[in-house]
Amino acid sequence: MSAGIAPARAREAALLGLGAVTLTLGAGSVLLLLGGYDPAAAGAAMLRGSVGSWNTFVSITLVRSVPLLFAGLAVALAFRAGVWNIGAEGQLYAGAVGGVWVALTFTGLPSPLLVPAVLVASGLAGGLWALVPTLMRLRLGIGEVITTILMNFVGIYMAAWMVHGPLQEQRGVFPQTDRIIEAARLPALIPGTRLHIGFGLALVIAAVLAVMLRRSRFGFQIRAVGASPEAAAVAGRINPARVVFISFLASGAIAGLAGGAEVSGLTYALYEDLSDGWGYTAIAVALLGGLRPGGVVVTAIFFGALQAGAGAMQRDAGIPAAWVDVVEALVILAVLGLDRVRAARAATSTVEGGA
Amino acid sequence: MSQVELTLFLESAVRLGIPLALAAMGETITERSGVINIGLEGSIIAGALGGALGALAFEGAGLGVMSGAMAGMLVGLVFAAFAIGLGADQIITGTAVTIGGLGMTGAIYQARFGATGTELSLPTLAPVAIPVLSEIPLVGSALFAQAPTAYFAYLMAPIAWYLLFKTAWGLELRATGEAPAAAEAAGVRVRLVRLVATLFGGAMAGIAGAHLALAHAGTFAENMSAGKGFIAIAVVVLGRWNPILVLFAALFFGAASALQFFLQALGFDLAYQIFLAFPYVLTLAALAGWVGKSRAPAALALPWEPHR
Repeated sequence: MSAGIAPARAREAALLGLGAVTLTLGAGSVLLLLGGYDPAAAGAAMLRGSVGSWNTFVSITLVRSVPLLFAGLAVALAFRAGVWNIGAEGQLYAGAVGGVWVALTFTGLPSPLLVPAVLVASGLAGGLWALVPTLMRLRLGIGEVITTILMNFVGIYMAAWMVHGPLQEQRGVFPQTDRIIEAARLPALIPGTRLHIGFGLALVIAAVLAVMLRRSRFGFQIRAVGASPEAAAVAGRINPARVVFISFLASGAIAGLAGGAEVSGLTYALYEDLSDGWGYTAIAVALLGGLRPGGVVVTAIFFGALQAGAGAMQRDAGIPAAWVDVVEALVILAVLGLDRVRAARAATSTVEGGA
Repeated sequence: MSQVELTLFLESAVRLGIPLALAAMGETITERSGVINIGLEGSIIAGALGGALGALAFEGAGLGVMSGAMAGMLVGLVFAAFAIGLGADQIITGTAVTIGGLGMTGAIYQARFGATGTELSLPTLAPVAIPVLSEIPLVGSALFAQAPTAYFAYLMAPIAWYLLFKTAWGLELRATGEAPAAAEAAGVRVRLVRLVATLFGGAMAGIAGAHLALAHAGTFAENMSAGKGFIAIAVVVLGRWNPILVLFAALFFGAASALQFFLQALGFDLAYQIFLAFPYVLTLAALAGWVGKSRAPAALALPWEPHR
């Protein structure tokens, strides 16, 4: 099934993405007009708030894109393997809790050990959160769509309980953890900006995934199982369960890193509403990116800009920030619609012998 | 624990279960036709806003419920246009519809009532006590002193069951969900059946949303659906795609959510957040425990292209 939404060629994926963005801008403008807003003012505010200056771009847009980048890569990897991981949100929260716990507990460690420990813990926690739906699918045959969504709620409430209970700040006033020590914080990627090395780590993971998917034996197996588990098992002598197991857990781990990088790179503490639905936005990011790591990098930054711009839009043009969710939905629908049109045209030209 | 506390627990169990029952019953019909609509959340929130605006405009909660059903159906139509009309992936379309529904209702609400959300007070759907039945000890007031939408849910369960399993129309619907190719060969218009089933599911979810706004809260709040669409989909699985079992599964989930009152009355001092997480954990456990044996419609989530 994932084959249908992952175009074969990068150029096609890019064209599809551009088409979808164009459609979205058109439809979004019409909706804004219908709502009695000025689309031009909205667009200007959005551009100012996202790419208005170098510092705005780096310290707001790119910083906003980091969790979307990790979570988008997580979703793309899972979808390529035919795993419907809708659970990036819960895995992100699990990762944030795991990371912040290590940062608050092992305060004696030197920074070069503590920072990696925080990130590893967040990856492990995210993977652990994905383990429940993975086993339920492989052992009991229960679809992961429902179980990952249920685990999202459990993850969000688990994090909420942590900041009200076991991990609450010493003063016990606010629902948040204490701030983590300097040694546990991710260093800046570009000095003088808020952009932390989490962004660099996400780019490295994107590169590794890209090479793995295209060049390695396991990447081939992922694509084969994603296209058709039965065919992969029969023709390719691949064990689909093993491929699903590894890619599901890896997806959870990468989504967990989104939470870990956020608390150790930006907020320096865990809050109840750390994520603004990033785990769900990640699905739009992954799709618009054509389920390709390179594409996900571009679309994560695009969505980072949208979220950064939404704040400015609300401040300067009085347009509710909820519009960004509408735009996200339009992007997904535009990708789906264009992809179906592309598939129909491809089918017609094959039938007519054009190919 | 006294009888008063037990009655309170049962009342809140039913109250929390009803919107799930409404949405899950509609989704049962939708899924039986081979379509999984995880955009149900979008229909619920649209139903809540539609219900609120309708109740204000027509100055009555009854017409508000109708408006909610229409709004939910409209969102179902958007889902159907992509998932059935274009044959796009149902899971992804549903995700988009959920995100868009939550965003759109938030935007409309803020445009109409301001970002701060001046508490809006609506004509409410008052509980109606059914004579005699509501006087049954213990469960009477819990089950039979509820809003009219609750009785609608009780009635819909056997009606939907009858339609699904005892009529020719139900057979066609199940055939499109189990073996669309065979259904088409027998002359069933697969996509039309799926469209009707999806619109019905959207309308039921809309009524669930209107119930939340008009019978529960007496107001609209952004994101007030709070994941109920997703829970309803789990409830469908728990209820094994059978409308009557689905009603009981929804009440079971309602009871799990109401358990916090029960346990607090018994003197358990657990953190609030753990109580909130409990129904989800219990649903996961229930899925693992006894759903293993039941089976989803064979063609669930598979798009259909007619062969002509």
